[in-house]
Amino acid sequence: MYSIGIDVGSVAAKAVIFDGRNIIAKEIMPTGWSPKESGIALYEKLIEAANINKSDIGAIVGTGYGRIALPFIDRKVTEITCHGKGAHYLDAGVRTVIDIGGQDSKVIRLDAEGNIVDFLMNDKCAAGTGRFLQVMAHALELDVSQLSEIGRGAEPQNINSMCTVFAESEVISLMAGGASKESIAAGLLQSVCKKTYSLVSKVGVENKVFFSGGVSKNPLLKEYLSEKLGVEILSSEFSQFLGAIGAAIIGYK
Amino acid sequence: MRPAIMEEVEALRGINSVKIKEASEAGKKVVGMYCVFSPQEIALAADAITVTLCGTKQEPIEAAEKELPRNLCPLIKSSYGFAVTDKCPYFHFSDVLLAETTCDGKKKMYELMGKIKPMHIMNLPQTSQGEEALAFWKNEMIRFKNYLEEQFNVEITDEKLSAAIKLMNRERSAMKRLHQLNAHKPAPMTGMDMMLSQWLKGFNVDKEAGIELIERVIKEIEEQMAKGVYAFDEKAPRILLTGCPIGSGSEKVLKILEESGASVVALENCTGYKGLDVMVDDTVDPITALAEKYLSTPCSCMTPNNGRLDLIKRLAEEYQVDGVVDLTWQACHTYNIESFTVKNFVKEQLNLPFLQIETDYSDSDAGQIKVRVEAFLETM
Repeated sequence: MYSIGIDVGSVAAKAVIFDGRNIIAKEIMPTGWSPKESGIALYEKLIEAANINKSDIGAIVGTGYGRIALPFIDRKVTEITCHGKGAHYLDAGVRTVIDIGGQDSKVIRLDAEGNIVDFLMNDKCAAGTGRFLQVMAHALELDVSQLSEIGRGAEPQNINSMCTVFAESEVISLMAGGASKESIAAGLLQSVCKKTYSLVSKVGVENKVFFSGGVSKNPLLKEYLSEKLGVEILSSEFSQFLGAIGAAIIGYK
Repeated sequence: MRPAIMEEVEALRGINSVKIKEASEAGKKVVGMYCVFSPQEIALAADAITVTLCGTKQEPIEAAEKELPRNLCPLIKSSYGFAVTDKCPYFHFSDVLLAETTCDGKKKMYELMGKIKPMHIMNLPQTSQGEEALAFWKNEMIRFKNYLEEQFNVEITDEKLSAAIKLMNRERSAMKRLHQLNAHKPAPMTGMDMMLSQWLKGFNVDKEAGIELIERVIKEIEEQMAKGVYAFDEKAPRILLTGCPIGSGSEKVLKILEESGASVVALENCTGYKGLDVMVDDTVDPITALAEKYLSTPCSCMTPNNGRLDLIKRLAEEYQVDGVVDLTWQACHTYNIESFTVKNFVKEQLNLPFLQIETDYSDSDAGQIKVRVEAFLETM
């Protein structure tokens, strides 16, 4: 028997298959304009990749902002609970999850069983999220995945604007003033780090700390956060799949 | 199952806006008020009608933002927007307005609103503690009494004040008994219906009829309870909602909570239980009794405001609450700052889960709030 967890986020849809012990398949694709259609396509792709029969699937649990759009799921659980369960599965010692996705960022505190003790989400604003970095990378004529590589070793520019729209003007002014792309890229990651730090500080940080969501794929940001928080920050190849993993685990129970 | 009588309660909306017009045209004086600190008894003793003024809807905010900063609490913007657009019948038919110096946003907005209609401002002390504060507030009661006597050319006697105190105590007592029905597990009323009933009482032109209707609501709900009919089942998480006031049009968080499966059993806010907890002492001098009652209101504009924590504790126990949700309107500094104190108190002293939601009247963040609320309920 298998369970499937499917996490339809604002930017990417992620899904995994769980056999009770291991994640036996994982798939990811852009959410695009229709969370419903990408959810269905992802589900079919996942079944095909794992080469299992649909009749062997015990439960499908949906999470992420697109969870309400999925017609084929048995249950929906919020991404907050799923991230907690997913992190606990990957490392039972995790007590703090920092998740930065496409449109929101959250900090989740866990107990020894992976239950949520407290959590905090950003306000209705893209500041400090993946969308923020995407817009800024675009202004620098870079892909968002290049920010870490380019910014490494540079002296970060100070970017103070919290708002994505104002920060973009600030970046354009910095460019006009002759600041290097490298220093602006580093500055952008620093500004996300600062914003995240203020969110984390409100909930408190306890070891171990796990960094998840699409933005966790920025190694330089991970280093900045680790330095600012004074703790080691874990991440894994499954970081972006944490919500889907948690959903699959909840479905298996 | 929803009590059938709730339709009658909802119909008050239409009825009251007609009644206020008729009363005003028949020569009755109308005093419009915004706040739970407003001593309605003094106005009633002047033979006036007291009404709560509109301020819980999004629509007039755009008009308000022509003059007020955008980054201001939606309640203040909505209240002012209703005033400048003349879309609130109760404001329209008010002869005078009564306002209090509660928060900074309100008191500065009132300076602008006072240009539209005659307005009396009662100066609230910044603390409810100590003899000086009470003496000061008592003097404000006298100032308001003198103001109305002059405006309406009437004499407000102690007898009239005592009669008004008795009437308002009866209204409070009925609303309090209604609220206490939800102490039962499971709750017989949805939080939405409770909010609506409590909110609509403010617009009751005819207080006696309003009390009579609430008595009938209580009776019908008690009959349902005797038959084992409740609004939620036993397993629904029971929530105490505290923080900023809500009403029809600003019920977003309450609605999301109940749509997500919670039973909101206690409304600690000032549109709910806060003003019902303490009655006016009808055995002492009326002005002193009124000053004491209203100054005891545990509002975040007071410093310190430990009474709010005491009330939350009492309600959490009495209503067998599973979690506390604190609603903060954007830019409401007093409630927003106090939320940290409430959070620590709820988590550490009451050992209950706590969630603060900061938002405005718009629906733009409904999806995000739903995630937070559902995750909060999933932890229970």
